[in-house]
Amino acid sequence: MSERKTWQELELGVELPAATSLGYKTGGWRVLRPVWNASECIHCMICVNYCPDMAIPVTKSEEGVAGKGGRLFKGVVRLETNLDYCKGCGICAHECPTKCLSMIREEEAEQASCKL
Amino acid sequence: MGVRKAITGAEAAAEAMRQINPDVVVAYPITPQTPIVEQFAKYVADGIVDTEMVPVESEHSAMSATVGAEAAGARAMSATSSQGLALMWEIVAATPGLRLPIVMPLVNRTISAPLNIHCDHSDVMGVTTVGWIQIFSENAQEVYENLLLAIRVAEDTRVQLPAMVNQDGFITSHAVEPVEIFDDAAVRTFVGVRPLDRGLLDLQHVRTIGAMVLPDYLLEVKRAQEEAMMHVFEVYAEAGKELSAITGHQYPFFETYRTEDADAVIVVLNSAAGTAKVAVDAMRALGKKVGLLKPILFRPFPYAEVRDALKDVPVVGVLDRSMDFGAYAPVYTEIRNVLFELDRRPTTQSYIYGLGGRDIMATEIESVFEELLSGKLDPEHQRYIGLRG
Repeated sequence: MSERKTWQELELGVELPAATSLGYKTGGWRVLRPVWNASECIHCMICVNYCPDMAIPVTKSEEGVAGKGGRLFKGVVRLETNLDYCKGCGICAHECPTKCLSMIREEEAEQASCKL
Repeated sequence: MGVRKAITGAEAAAEAMRQINPDVVVAYPITPQTPIVEQFAKYVADGIVDTEMVPVESEHSAMSATVGAEAAGARAMSATSSQGLALMWEIVAATPGLRLPIVMPLVNRTISAPLNIHCDHSDVMGVTTVGWIQIFSENAQEVYENLLLAIRVAEDTRVQLPAMVNQDGFITSHAVEPVEIFDDAAVRTFVGVRPLDRGLLDLQHVRTIGAMVLPDYLLEVKRAQEEAMMHVFEVYAEAGKELSAITGHQYPFFETYRTEDADAVIVVLNSAAGTAKVAVDAMRALGKKVGLLKPILFRPFPYAEVRDALKDVPVVGVLDRSMDFGAYAPVYTEIRNVLFELDRRPTTQSYIYGLGGRDIMATEIESVFEELLSGKLDPEHQRYIGLRG
């Protein structure tokens, strides 16, 4: 919502352009951040389906990605969580069957990235 | 010229709805609104109107479905009273923000508790802050004409806000009066079709309505809603002029009755204004200079115009048919606000009358005039007409 409308432009009530939620970065609400250990992931899609914000993107991989036990996972695989929209609810970590997701405090994550 | 029919206020509302011929009517029966919907259902069953009538399981559903139909682009109506209005309150409050011009007859009845089916204004006075246009009607004739007018005002593209047309439960809704019903063709030309610049089912212009609005936009949305409400005055005047060409009647924001040179004026809504006119005439016959101001358009409230009408009156008595516990009564509050800007303000007195359908007699209003003229007033404390003890 970079350019906000004035009240005069809203005379017919709430009629905003479609897909404005993309511009609303709910990641700022986050207290806990999910950290994904890709080497323990089996790409089962449970986290993807449970995520209430659809913040875990997926892609199709022909060549495959390495996961738990060094196995190659081909087809639909998950990617890094989109932290612009992840609110840090932790459902992904709770549901993960291999415990490859852990929740850490946001300030710890920021300190870690500063050290890097 | 129209045809004079002996009908009730409820039937007068149904007659207006017959001529308006809404696309959709969704309602749930509640005393004393029931005869409106009953009569209208007959028109639907007899094929006299083209309306899709939806019987629902509650008033909450009634207003929800009316909102849905109106959002889709239809002209949709409902009707209710008292507890029905209370049950649909959540959706009633949402309708103005959605900018949906639903027109709804409201048959005024006491809000429980204690449970009571008779007239007072505690139902409507609970919703005057949510943004509906509020129009009050003294008798069945006014109910009929106000509904026609309300359609044009609500649906005007400058306004697009919902409107309630009030009438007193039983006193107006169930009493038979001669009502002049105007020519179908002329009235249908006047009400026209809903000027629709947007509809949910318009697939060329897909849109979302009722989306969540956060702190970054809500203030702007509400400011725009207020602007639409301010447009009501001009649209009401314009549409009233057009309706006059059919009916020969005038559509002022409020009616004044024998107020020129008056030493005391009473302000009162709806049917009691008729009784007050009888009292004014009786007092005038005795040489006492008194008059009446009857608000018609209550939301938006025409502060400047009412102020101009009352500026030279020494004493103003305001009769409220509902209370605002621990505060000044609703109509009295408006009149106090009206007068504040004057350098030389009239003395005011608040009276509560007619709660739960208690009769108000012309002689009681005459006694109020006598009290106003006596000067023995207490503007900060309301008085009660006919209270025992």
